[in-house]
Amino acid sequence: MSALNYPRHWKRPPQIIHHPGWRRALSVAAVVYLVLAIGSLEVDWQRVSIGLERGQRFVMGFLQPDFVSRQRDIVSGLSESLTMTLTSTVVGILISIPIGIGAARNLTPRPVYLICRSIIAVSRSLQEIIIAIFLVAMFGFGPFAGFLTLAFATIGFLAKLLADDIEEASSTQLEAIRATGASWWQMINYAVEPQVLPRLIGLSLYRLDINFRESAVIGIVGAGGIGATLNTAIDRYEYDSAGAILLIIIAIVMVSEYVSGLVRKWVQ
Amino acid sequence: MLTIKGLSKTYRTGDSALKNVSLTVPGGQIIGLIGPSGAGKSTLIRCINRLVEPTSGQVLLGDIDLTRLGGAGLRVQRRRIGMIFQEYALVERLTVMENVLSGRLGYVPFWRSWTRRFPGEDIQRAWALLDRVGLMDHANKRADTLSGGQRQRVGIARALAQAPELLLIDEPTASLDPRTSRQIMRLLTELCAERQLPAIVNIHDVPLARQFVQRLIGLRAGEVVFDGPPEALDEAMLTHIYGEEEWQTNAPEEDDAPPAPAMPEARALAS
Ligand SMILES: Nc1ncnc2c1ncn2[C@@H]1O[C@H](COP(=O)(O)OP(=O)(O)OP(=O)(O)O)[C@@H](O)[C@H]1O
Ligand SMILES: [Mg+2]
Repeated sequence: MSALNYPRHWKRPPQIIHHPGWRRALSVAAVVYLVLAIGSLEVDWQRVSIGLERGQRFVMGFLQPDFVSRQRDIVSGLSESLTMTLTSTVVGILISIPIGIGAARNLTPRPVYLICRSIIAVSRSLQEIIIAIFLVAMFGFGPFAGFLTLAFATIGFLAKLLADDIEEASSTQLEAIRATGASWWQMINYAVEPQVLPRLIGLSLYRLDINFRESAVIGIVGAGGIGATLNTAIDRYEYDSAGAILLIIIAIVMVSEYVSGLVRKWVQ
Repeated sequence: MLTIKGLSKTYRTGDSALKNVSLTVPGGQIIGLIGPSGAGKSTLIRCINRLVEPTSGQVLLGDIDLTRLGGAGLRVQRRRIGMIFQEYALVERLTVMENVLSGRLGYVPFWRSWTRRFPGEDIQRAWALLDRVGLMDHANKRADTLSGGQRQRVGIARALAQAPELLLIDEPTASLDPRTSRQIMRLLTELCAERQLPAIVNIHDVPLARQFVQRLIGLRAGEVVFDGPPEALDEAMLTHIYGEEEWQTNAPEEDDAPPAPAMPEARALAS
């Protein structure tokens, strides 16, 4: 049949680099770079074998966790971490809300928008550990530096997501409330809040999770809490206590994840 | 009474959506605003309550020029103008009652609206309106649980809760089935008649408009090209507003046919 006149094959044309020579050259260059890069890592096989041995002891400690001999340290570290987590999350949320509203283009004048977006950018561009090192240097060892670190990091996270959420909120609902003669605050309360509140609650709970995990990490650089306890245990080669601490952290994160899932379903 | 004088709107994109529009809406009159898509109907309505900033011209409600107001002054005048939207524009996570009461926001201070403690007479008015639109039993439901027709009735109740002196209605029936559309149009015309309330209704459905309004205004490319009673809108006028089209039958549109295939066997092969 004459249908055979149509071609029977079709190939997807290259989308990014059209010249075949360049494509081949780039592939070769990538492989060469990879080989050289791996070659430049100086591997000390003796260190590796010691490390593996330690790792094994660590795993053994993990399998036989010792909750008892360092119980007092663990309890105080844990309560410090939980306090730090909770207070920093609450304070972070309270500061994030006005900044998030200020950073929503559809609600605020240009200068306010730019200021709030810069605050968010600064907070997001600094990793928690770097902030923690800096704040520990400023305020000394202990949970206060940790509290400040986590509160600051919470602002970058929550304010950005809140602002993006507000910008995506239905503009007709905002217009409808504005058209009734409502003031700016009334518009926030009646048109914005109902649209973004459920997600804000979900994100806050999620941030609580993150802050607890981060509190363990920043403890290692001196910001107090369970991280400091963990660090001490590892320094003293008490891997059974360290294993216990890790198990507790995992359990708490799992419980809080489960609870926040329930709450999120409930507020929807 | 609403008077529009020489109203023009050019969007930042360069679209000239309204060109020197002038018209007067006396008390108690419902005006149907018709015209093809992009003619500027929504722009005209939104320029009146300044959801869109007009480029030039005057909008007089009574003897107050709305185009000169800003801030608090504008808010006070917006209370006098109720607006009803095509997609209802209810705040979906609020209850029906909260949506109706939000029509009072321009009248109550922030702390009262925030704590949901509206004055007794506002609440009474809201109940009366809910009863009038047939939604007494739905007051405490969330708005997103209602059907389209019910939502639009909440939208109407919210607009009337403002005790407005003018209603702006942007395609109230475009998302509704034909029967519900009719019911909504009937409800709107009755409510306006009860209150001697003037209204401007954007409407795509010309037969529906003919049935329910006393005066039609035809807009084409931002200009008023027709202003008169529905009886005066004949076929020649429709063509003038909407462009060439067979109005009586549904003739197939030849412009929209796809181009002929390159090889004659295409049809057999494709089917
Ligand atoms: N926000 C905007 N920015 C730029 N141009 C716009 C904007 N809104 C509308 N326009 C333009 O203004 C013109 C009129 O639009 P308008 O929405 O008023 O038409 P309409 O008559 O309501 O159409 P429809 O029947 O489809 O709702 C169109 O050309 C449109 O592209
Ligand atoms: Mg429109």
